[in-house]
Amino acid sequence: MYEHDVLIIGGGLAGLRAAVEVTRAGADVAVISKVHPVRSHSNAAQGGINAPLTDRGDDWEGHAYDTIKGSDFLADQDAVEVMSSEAGEAVLELERMGVIFSRGEDGKLGTRAFGGQKVARTFFVGAITGSAILHVLFEQSLKLGLNVYEEWFVTKLIIKGGVCRGVVAIDLKTGEMHTIKAKAVIMAAGGAGRVFEPSTNALICTGDGLSLAYQVGVPLMDMEMIQYHPTTLARTGILMSEAARGEGAYLLNAAGERFMEKTAPDYMELASRDVVSRAEQTEIDEGRGIDGNVLLDLRHLGRDFIEQRLGYLQEVSVEFLGIDMAEQPVPVQPGMHYIMGGIKTDVDGATNVPGLYAAGECANVSVHGANRLGANSLLDTVVFGRRSGAHAVEYIKSVGAHSPAQEDLASEKSRLQALLDRPKGERVATIRDDMARGMTKGIGVFRDQASMEGALENLANVKSRMGGFSIENKGKVFNTDLMFGLELEFMVDCAEAVVAGALTREESRGAHFRTDITERDDENWLKHTLMYKDEESETGVRVETSDVSITQWEPVKRVY
Amino acid sequence: MQVKLKVKRFDPADSGGKTWWQEYEVDVHPDSTVLDSLIEVREQADGTLAMRCACRASICGSCGMKVNGSAKLVCKTRVLDVAPNGEQLTIEPMGNQHVVRDLVISLDTFFNQINRVEPFLQPSFVPEKGEYTASNESMENLLTSMNCIMCGCCVSDCTVLEVDSNFIGPAALAKAWRFTEDPRDSKRDERLKALNDENGGMWDCTRCMKCVDVCPKGVAPMDRIMELREAAIEVGNTNTHGYHHTESFYKSVKKNGRLDETRLAIDSAGMFNIPRMLDLIPIGLAAMQKGKLPPLMPHKAEDHKKVKELYERVEGESK
Repeated sequence: MYEHDVLIIGGGLAGLRAAVEVTRAGADVAVISKVHPVRSHSNAAQGGINAPLTDRGDDWEGHAYDTIKGSDFLADQDAVEVMSSEAGEAVLELERMGVIFSRGEDGKLGTRAFGGQKVARTFFVGAITGSAILHVLFEQSLKLGLNVYEEWFVTKLIIKGGVCRGVVAIDLKTGEMHTIKAKAVIMAAGGAGRVFEPSTNALICTGDGLSLAYQVGVPLMDMEMIQYHPTTLARTGILMSEAARGEGAYLLNAAGERFMEKTAPDYMELASRDVVSRAEQTEIDEGRGIDGNVLLDLRHLGRDFIEQRLGYLQEVSVEFLGIDMAEQPVPVQPGMHYIMGGIKTDVDGATNVPGLYAAGECANVSVHGANRLGANSLLDTVVFGRRSGAHAVEYIKSVGAHSPAQEDLASEKSRLQALLDRPKGERVATIRDDMARGMTKGIGVFRDQASMEGALENLANVKSRMGGFSIENKGKVFNTDLMFGLELEFMVDCAEAVVAGALTREESRGAHFRTDITERDDENWLKHTLMYKDEESETGVRVETSDVSITQWEPVKRVY
Repeated sequence: MQVKLKVKRFDPADSGGKTWWQEYEVDVHPDSTVLDSLIEVREQADGTLAMRCACRASICGSCGMKVNGSAKLVCKTRVLDVAPNGEQLTIEPMGNQHVVRDLVISLDTFFNQINRVEPFLQPSFVPEKGEYTASNESMENLLTSMNCIMCGCCVSDCTVLEVDSNFIGPAALAKAWRFTEDPRDSKRDERLKALNDENGGMWDCTRCMKCVDVCPKGVAPMDRIMELREAAIEVGNTNTHGYHHTESFYKSVKKNGRLDETRLAIDSAGMFNIPRMLDLIPIGLAAMQKGKLPPLMPHKAEDHKKVKELYERVEGESK
C-alpha cells in the first residue's frame, strides 16, 4: 500500500516544479511517471523561455499583450496576467537552482528574439533550453530526496464522493498493479502529439493525462487549437527550433523569395506560429514549395554563430538530413507540435474535481488560447507547476484521512486482464496510424467542414475497431505492448475531443483556420469550447462553451 | 529498404531467465535509423520485443543499446551508416548494467553513480534578487557536460566498469566536472577531494577513450576526467596512488626515455604501504612465471636524450 499527501503524475518541468514546491512546504510528495524524469518530453523544448524582466526595461504588460495577441484573443487575460507578472522571478529562480543560461557581456542573463514579440525576452541555453532546465530540476529532485515511481503507468484516477483520492497504476518493471492513495493529485503528464502523424512530439506524448481527467468528468477546453510548428523536418517531423528564425534565419520559397513579406511585412519570419505555418502551407499548396517543403536558410549567420548558438540544430540537420546548415538551407514544413487545449483549470491549477490539479501541456489555464507563442510553454510549466503545487498543499490541509477504498484496483486488474485475454486481432499500431493520419488530414493547418467531418468519420471507424485489437505480449515484466494498447485508448479520447471542438467552432481563430469561414467572429465565438465525456451522446462527447476573461485588452484585428 | 537485425532477447520470467538471439527482417524507408527499424519490428512483427525510446531526436537519452558491439543512441544511428551493404545488424542491451528484459536495462547502476557526486549546485549564497553574475565564457564552458542526456552509453562501454563495478563511472565524473567548473558552486575543493577517493574515484579511469568514442553528444567524459585530475592536483590533492602513479610515469620516462614499470608499481602504491606492497608480490611472481617481469633496475632507451628534449619543448610551449 502506497500513500502520499500529494501525488504528481509526470516528471517533466511542470511535475518537477510542482514537486519542489510541495516539498518546500513540508508535505509528503511523490512523482509517478511512465518514463524516468529525465526522459520526459520537456527535453525537446529548444529555443528558450520567455520572461519580461522589469528591472531591464521590459514590462510584463508587454509580454502579456503579445501573448494575448498571439492567442488571437482566446487566452483568459486574468491567467495571462498571472503568468507574465510571475515570469521574471520564475526564470531567475531556475538560474539560481543551477541552469546555465546564456549571458551577456555584463555577466547577466542574455536574451534572443522569438516569434510574435518585438522585444527580445527569451532566455536560453543554446538550442537545448528544455533539456538544460529539466536536468537542473532533476538535480533539485535528487537534492530534496524526492520519491519517484519511475516507469509506473497510471491507468485510472480514483474518485470517491466526487473527490480525487489517488490512482491505480502498473509498475512496468514488475507488471504488478498497485493503488497509490493521495489527498491531492496533480496531473502534469504532458501533451497528446501522437494523436497526429507526423508530429514533433516524442512517442510518449499520448494524452494520458488529458484522457484520465476527461474520463472522470473534467472538461477538456479548446482542444481544436492544435499548433503546427512552421519548421519541422520532412517525414520524421523532427523539430527545428524557432530559435533559428529568432537568431535571423530566413524562410524561402522555391524562387528564393522571403515569402513572409506578403503576410507579415512587419514581423516577417517572426510572426506568430499559426501565421507562419499558414503562409508556408500556402506557398507549398500553390506550387512554390520544393517537394512539399520550404527552405530555412541560416547561411548568412555564419558557421561559428550557428555552432555556438544553435549547436543542437546543426547536429540534427547533419545527423538526420546530412545537411550542413552553414552551407545549405534546410527543407522544412509545418508539423503538429503542441496542443493549446487541455484540462480546464483555474490559475491555481485546480479542476472542477476537488483534489485534482493540472499543469503544463496537459492543462489549459488558458494562457495560450488559439495559438501559443514560442518559449511560452516552458514558462507555463514552471509558473503553473509551482502554483498548482502551492495550492495543492493548501487544499490537503482540509482533507482528512486517506480513502480506504480498494475496489478500483480489482476492477482495473480485471479490465487489463480482459485486454490481455482478447483473441488475436488487429495490431494496436495499425489502428493508431489510421487514427493519427486521419486527424492530420482533417484537422490540419487549414480545415473546413468537409475535412473535419472526414476526421469524425475516420474516428468513428477507429472507435469501432477498438474492441478488436489484441496484445501480443502476455508477460508481466516491462510489457510495453500492453501499455501501447492503453495509450491508444487515451489517444482516442483526445482525438474525440479535438474533433468535437473543431466542428463546434464556426469561425477562424488562431490555429483553427477554416477555409470555409475565414473570419474571426468575436460576437459569437469569443468563447472557449468545453468537451465533456458523455456516453449518452452519439459522438461520446458533449460540448459546452464559456466566456473568455477579458481584463484590459479589447480584441482587435490581429496583424503582424 | 530491407534491414536485417539479430536481436539479443532476454525473458526473466522464463525459468529463472532465458537469453536467446532472434533474427528479424523489416522493410523501412532508406533514410531510416536503427530505431525506426526496431520500432517496425515491435509494431509489425513482434510485439513482445521490449525496448525504450521516446523522442526520436537524440535528446531524451532513452534508446542507448549496443549496435555491432558498441553502445549507440539508435535514434541517431542511420541504418545506411552501420550497414551500407545490407549487412545484418547485431543489437544487444547496453553493457555494465543489469538487463531487465530484452533491450531494457536497469537504470539503477547509472543513477546510483550519478547520485554519488552530489549532482546539484551548492552555492555559498543565493542572491535575494536577480541572478548570479558570471561570465558567459565560464557558463558556455559547462555546456560540454550539460549536453549529457544520461543515455548511459559511456557507462555501457566503460572498460573499467567491466572489471570494477565500484568505479564511479564516466558519466558521473563528467557530471561532477560540471559543478567543479561552475563559478556559482562553492564546494569545488570538497568535491575534488571526494572524487579523489581511491575507492572508485577519478584515478581509476584507464584512459581507454571508449567513453569519448561512444558518447553521442560530444561530452567526451574522459577529457572531463583528465580536467578533474589536473584540478585535483592543482588544489593540492596529491597524496593518492593516482597522483603518485602519474608523477612516477612522468619522471621515469623523462629520465630513461622509457617506462620503469617496477618503479611505477612501487611509487604508485607508496614505498611504505606494506599491505599494498604485499599485494604486489603475487602479481610479480605471476609475471615472472610468464617471463613478463620488468627488469628491477631500469635501462635507458637509446634515444632517451631526444625524449628529454621533447619534454622540454612541450613544457616550454605550454608555458
